[in-house]
Amino acid sequence: MNEITLTVNGSVARVVVPARRLLSDCLRHDLGLTGTHVGCEHGVCGCCTVLLDGDPIRSCLMLAVTADGHEITTVEGLAGPGGELSPVQRAFHESHALQCGFCTPGFLCTVTALLRDNPAPTEAEALEGVSGNLCRCTGYQNIVKAVHRAAELTAEETGPDDDEAVR
Amino acid sequence: MKPPAFDYHAPAGVDEAVEILAEAGAEAKILAGGQSLIPLLNMRLVTPGHIVDVNRVAGLGFVEAGPDGVRVGALARHSQVERLPELRRVQPLLGQALRLVAHPVIRNRGTVVGSIAHADPAAELPAVLALLGGSVQTRHAAGGRTIPAAEFFVGPLESALEPGELAVSVFFPALPPRSGTAFAETARRHGDYAIAGVAALVTLGPDGEPERAAVACVGVGPVPIVVETPYRAGWDGAAEAVAAAIEPEDDIHATAAYRRHLTGVLAVRALGQATEEARG
Repeated sequence: MNEITLTVNGSVARVVVPARRLLSDCLRHDLGLTGTHVGCEHGVCGCCTVLLDGDPIRSCLMLAVTADGHEITTVEGLAGPGGELSPVQRAFHESHALQCGFCTPGFLCTVTALLRDNPAPTEAEALEGVSGNLCRCTGYQNIVKAVHRAAELTAEETGPDDDEAVR
Repeated sequence: MKPPAFDYHAPAGVDEAVEILAEAGAEAKILAGGQSLIPLLNMRLVTPGHIVDVNRVAGLGFVEAGPDGVRVGALARHSQVERLPELRRVQPLLGQALRLVAHPVIRNRGTVVGSIAHADPAAELPAVLALLGGSVQTRHAAGGRTIPAAEFFVGPLESALEPGELAVSVFFPALPPRSGTAFAETARRHGDYAIAGVAALVTLGPDGEPERAAVACVGVGPVPIVVETPYRAGWDGAAEAVAAAIEPEDDIHATAAYRRHLTGVLAVRALGQATEEARG
């Protein structure tokens, strides 16, 4: 067994895990953060996407022990401290970018990082940005709409010259 | 499914890593980005006794571009190499290929050296290394060696790396003068493994016409297949040379005959694009 320390959504967590524990299972089973969903468990569906030190990664393709000492943001960490939805979450809600919602946590984490790096993506960039996440019920049109809507909401809230806040 | 149980090692340096690898021998698998190894573990297609996680090894997360080429350390992620400002000038083929490797999220974790060491004949980066005549630098308990690309890829998912040997970096030679590159592939869905793909390198003669040209073909043989493709007032001969050299197989995605035809078409397309790049 290995004792590891993860900073998850701003809180430090110490957990003891077997080396073979996937990060996705560590988040769900050891830390009780079941917002991160597990779909295919081989890196294809994107449901388990979380942010590792700010960058989106597949949590089912990383051992929890490898993540020792790193910072992780899950879907539970996207909303504000008072529970107010982030611009990306609001855009998904407004644009009806989910039906069953199973894939949504992965999309939200992916799009959050996408818009941080590229605050105004073109249609092609938005499509490329979500191409690694599978959704089996919305048909993607509204998800792509939500990416653009989230970009608008973020721009409205941070103002055009406030680059630091976008990051 | 979940990975099988294994003994886990997280060495802090290369010396420590190769000591552990020497002791574990053929029972060990090296874990870097994990974007190929962890799916194999999750599906129980591999059950190594030891996992040597090199993510904490100091000094391997580098990528350096010099006049001779680009050297990539074993922990440099695809996305890190993609962002290198000099990449387009020093060796554009690497960037052209990286854009086709899976999806951006996978590229945040997957490593260039890991992709080479995994030696998947359907992957883009082995073809790039083979076409450019690059090399792999290794370390083992008794020293190290430089393995030329032509000797590195032995078979499907099989490289010249011996048990106990760690690939510490790969070297991609720089673009020669008056040269251009391109990568063309066809996949069922963006980010999937290609049905077939072709990397091309064209060098112009003093008259501005292609003087030397070669392609490396992806997914149509046990290893990346490098073919010299002469220019004879056009690339028709190139398509024939490619079709004769490759060894495509039937699978659920395409027949061997379709792959053979497609590879010829992609070769002509990539060679044309590379020629335009060379002419700037």
